[in-house]
Amino acid sequence: MKKNKLALFSAPYVLWMAVFVVIPILMIVVYAFSSAGGGFTLENFARIGDYMVVFTRSFKLAFIATAICLLLGYPVSCFLAREGPRFQRVAMMLIMLPMWMNFLLRTYAWMSLLENTGLLNRFFEAIGLFDLINGIFGTNLEYFKMINTQGAVVLGMVYNFLPFMILPIYSVIVKLDHRLIEAARDLGADSATVFRRVTLPLSLPGVLSGITMVFVPAVSTFAISQLLGGGKQLLLGNLIEMQFKGTAYNPQLGSAVALVMMLVVVVCMTVMNRFGEGEEQAVML
Amino acid sequence: MKKTVSLTLALTLSAGLLAGCSGGSDPAGSGSSEKRVVNVCSWGEYIDESLIDEFEHETGIEVNYQTVPSNEELYSMLKTGGANYDVVVPSDYMISQLIEEGMLAELDYDNIPNFSLIDDRFKNLSYDPENKYTVPYTWGTLGIIYNSAMVEEPITSWDAMFDPQYADQVLMINNSRDALGIALMDLNYSVNTDSEEELRAAYDLLAQAKEAGVYQAFVMDEVFDKMETGEAAISAYYAGDYLTMLETNPDLKYVVPEEGSNWFVDAMCVLKDAENKDEAEEWINFLCSTDASLKNMDYIWYASPNKEALEQYPEYYEETYGEELDPELYEIMAPPQEVLKNCEAYLVRPAATRTLYNDLWTDLGILA
Repeated sequence: MKKNKLALFSAPYVLWMAVFVVIPILMIVVYAFSSAGGGFTLENFARIGDYMVVFTRSFKLAFIATAICLLLGYPVSCFLAREGPRFQRVAMMLIMLPMWMNFLLRTYAWMSLLENTGLLNRFFEAIGLFDLINGIFGTNLEYFKMINTQGAVVLGMVYNFLPFMILPIYSVIVKLDHRLIEAARDLGADSATVFRRVTLPLSLPGVLSGITMVFVPAVSTFAISQLLGGGKQLLLGNLIEMQFKGTAYNPQLGSAVALVMMLVVVVCMTVMNRFGEGEEQAVML
Repeated sequence: MKKTVSLTLALTLSAGLLAGCSGGSDPAGSGSSEKRVVNVCSWGEYIDESLIDEFEHETGIEVNYQTVPSNEELYSMLKTGGANYDVVVPSDYMISQLIEEGMLAELDYDNIPNFSLIDDRFKNLSYDPENKYTVPYTWGTLGIIYNSAMVEEPITSWDAMFDPQYADQVLMINNSRDALGIALMDLNYSVNTDSEEELRAAYDLLAQAKEAGVYQAFVMDEVFDKMETGEAAISAYYAGDYLTMLETNPDLKYVVPEEGSNWFVDAMCVLKDAENKDEAEEWINFLCSTDASLKNMDYIWYASPNKEALEQYPEYYEETYGEELDPELYEIMAPPQEVLKNCEAYLVRPAATRTLYNDLWTDLGILA
């Protein structure tokens, strides 16, 4: 009886999921397997081979961005979790603060920071950095080329998605039972061993959800590559967008690309989670 | 205590927001029992918004004004049924595609008496040969915008868009029709060619330039910022937008290249399943009037097809700003017939050509 009542409360969200998640995915599947006329076809998938470069480029950039987020985010989370509550509150606020502003606006701001005539380059010029370099190396440098490169795209991804790495890791580490660490110490483990055998394995769930939350939006982004990559480096998100908004209007092909992308992501995540579970069990044993 | 204060603060703030909303959405003259509305979809920065208030005030019809960035996006929105607009303002080639697919309603020109003010040059154009569906809104040319302080000699040819001499200084338009069109024009082919060979030649031209590092970026409206700040030296865009950029950066120049260019008409149409056709026609009629056209032209810098308005504009400018309108600028805004003669409008292409465009465009994007 009680269980049924609870189920009733979850009905709104189940309905929401059905209408806005499940049905759209089904529509993508239907579109991906149909031709422009409406019949069944596998042709959309046959064409995906042509876009292999875009797949590898997207996954490569997303992978790099995720790795950087992890390298930056993990130490920060550990550090934060050890500080006092007041400091934690302020730090959390600072991490979240950029997210109060629209994502596109922030990315536009990066555009004017990184441009050849942008704020950063003007700053370097003002402090005489280019004169110094030119004086030493005899070069003719006027600006650092930052915008419209793959590096700028990765930077945009890291900047925008870093909070999604820090938050889950932090929230796992902050709840970590301190007695376990004390016990390890009492049993003679040095700090490196404590980290390797206790902290790291226990924080793994946070790391895994952080990776998911960074990697998935990074691999499918189209705004960042358009604004910071100058639209020169087509990513999967751009490829899909083009099929829906481009000259040819080919939602079937777009859906097929989206479906394959989702499948690759799901496979990656499953493998990763398996690996995570194994770790946890190994530690418990 | 602290909580009460912050709660009160939050409530006051949100109350203020709500009050702001309701104050804004109350149409000025809604006297009739049933509220009349018209849903309009156009490009961004493509109307003097005070005209919307004026129209609402005069007629009591509420205008829901929305914008979309490109013809292709508009098409995809209409096609997926995600929008219920009454009036849309697509460009010529998209109009003919919409007509072909039976998506537009025939207009009742008795309800649009101001249509008679439209210059005959802009009636019965190829996209709507019997002029049954459309009323032109603006027209203009595509051309090269360049920063005279950043190039050594004046630019006169589309060659500049592919010249390695300007490596990393050029902005290419980020849509397939214009980008491939520019390459076609540089090769002296028609922008409406269906020949695969010619289109592939155009693609090769773009691909070589991209590989030689000519293009700093592929952009749409980011072009404003990048040209205004001198981030890039050369770009291809529309005349009206050039005049807007010129207000910020006086070093910018505009040229219709010697090979000729694209000239376009954007026209107002009513969708077949529009729920407010009468209101839509009233809106169209209002925008065609000479007063509205003058005001609009002054704001968006795109030429109006209203004959009177176009002729009166230099005078209007002088009255409003107390200085003479530079005849050169007027000519860029409303190019004379001898310039237009050298320009070609985009026509809708058959599905096979559109697919080829998309494939070539995707290939270009894949290039590292």
